[in-house]
Amino acid sequence: MSFRLYNYVLSGNCYKVRLFASLLGVSYESIAVDFHPGQEHKGEKLLQISPAETLPIMLADDMVLTETSAMLGWMASKFDAGKNWWPVNEPTKITLIIQWLGFASDLTLTIGEARLHSMLNRDVDVDRALAGGKRALRLLEARLTEQSLRGSQWLVGENPTIADIACFPYAALAPDAGLEHDDYPVIRNWLYAIRSLDGFVTMPGIHEVHKLRDTENTL
Amino acid sequence: MLGLERAKDDWYPVAIAGSMGECESHTTRLLGFEITLHGGKNGAISVNFGETDLAVQVKFDHVWTTFCDNPRPLFDIPEGDEPGRVRVPCGVVRVKCSPLRAVENFLDIAHFPFVHTDILGAEPHTEVAPYDVKIDESKNEVIATKVKFFQPQAAKSAGDGIVTDYVYRVAAPMVSILYKTCPPKPEAQDVITLFVQPLDEETCDVWPWMALYDYENSMADMISFQQMIFVQDRSILENQIPRKLPLDPRMEIPTRADMTSIAYRRWLKRSGALYGALTEAV
Ligand SMILES: N[C@@H](CCC(=O)N[C@@H](CS)C(=O)NCC(=O)O)C(=O)O
Ligand SMILES: [Fe+2]
Repeated sequence: MSFRLYNYVLSGNCYKVRLFASLLGVSYESIAVDFHPGQEHKGEKLLQISPAETLPIMLADDMVLTETSAMLGWMASKFDAGKNWWPVNEPTKITLIIQWLGFASDLTLTIGEARLHSMLNRDVDVDRALAGGKRALRLLEARLTEQSLRGSQWLVGENPTIADIACFPYAALAPDAGLEHDDYPVIRNWLYAIRSLDGFVTMPGIHEVHKLRDTENTL
Repeated sequence: MLGLERAKDDWYPVAIAGSMGECESHTTRLLGFEITLHGGKNGAISVNFGETDLAVQVKFDHVWTTFCDNPRPLFDIPEGDEPGRVRVPCGVVRVKCSPLRAVENFLDIAHFPFVHTDILGAEPHTEVAPYDVKIDESKNEVIATKVKFFQPQAAKSAGDGIVTDYVYRVAAPMVSILYKTCPPKPEAQDVITLFVQPLDEETCDVWPWMALYDYENSMADMISFQQMIFVQDRSILENQIPRKLPLDPRMEIPTRADMTSIAYRRWLKRSGALYGALTEAV
């Protein structure tokens, strides 16, 4: 196996890794963690592996990784021979990618938190999380609009990169937290483009392209 | 409000048994009223509504409460107590929809191939064969039997696609129970339930619970499987308009496959279980 993933099915961060592995055609060992209701990620067994108290945890090449940015970077370096997802030889692009990987963490802290509240009853400051989530979606919409004027539908450059993968889950899951996509037409197109990639996999709350059409028609 | 008085006579799940520490407390809602849960000694949980202590009982690994001094008795699931079953409380998932919509969706097989693609259903196996639905008058429950459906992965414990046999039981307006083929033990049936806590008419907390024969998979695997399925439903449920469940046939036309759903709606109407329902009849 290429790596081991401590995984939770409803986690947008774990999904980044599942999705990217599937796009790259890489198989891995997945270990289910009872994040809710069991809070196993804060239990003794997992704390022995990593003190981060967050998921996912990836064991790869003798490393214990707890940051999805690092996981995506490692997977791209290791398995993407074409170097499209993480173009190490192009300084401007990787710099901007790192910028957007940082932004992806803001999405976790805003939309991700609001979603934990609205879905799993987590006690969080929802007003702050929702306000932050809206601001993040506006920023994302602005960036993608700027890119589309340059003729690209991706966050950085002309191809999908790990920046797109990192930002995709919580942008896509915003409706789970009550933030609908209606006001963000360019984000919608971008979500659609990612969902159309070869090897795309879904998670609960994120539909396959033709499935979404079906449900939209029956509503 | 239509149906509130009747709804107050039932028991509702509000927590997983033993999930609160001593002196911990936490506020939630039931039928639009704020109630407070308190953790006591040995994992006990008590429930207050203002100054009043509400009746509490523990069953199916959950804490149940009611506003009524003389409530309708809580139903039984005798199979759940069979030795050898793993009992799995799956945690709570909040959904912005009528509690009745959450139950109705659970009863509807026709959506499997589209919402739980390649798990509980797959194209082209979208036909639901005719089955029996009736109201068991002695227990006042809706029962659907002889339901058969092809499933690529019927349970975490299922290796391959199988034709699954189902029995559905609506034991109370906000409780739905199903019995389905248990892949590792064909002579038995897995029990999967949705216990619904109505926060108000358009919001609910859903507490899935299972009693399975599965010695292979970890608890985390079984819980993940169920949460995956239920959260796939959640995004559909939150988009259903209107939020309340329409009981008049004119307002929404269920498909032929939804026989259980039709029976459920009729039974709700005839029972006066109108909390969370939309109806023209006043
Ligand atoms: N450092 C992480 C953050 C991951 C993260 O926040 N994960 C969430 C699940 S999606 C988590 O484990 N939260 C801990 C908790 O809410 O208790 C990353 O971006 O990779
Ligand atoms: Fe479903």
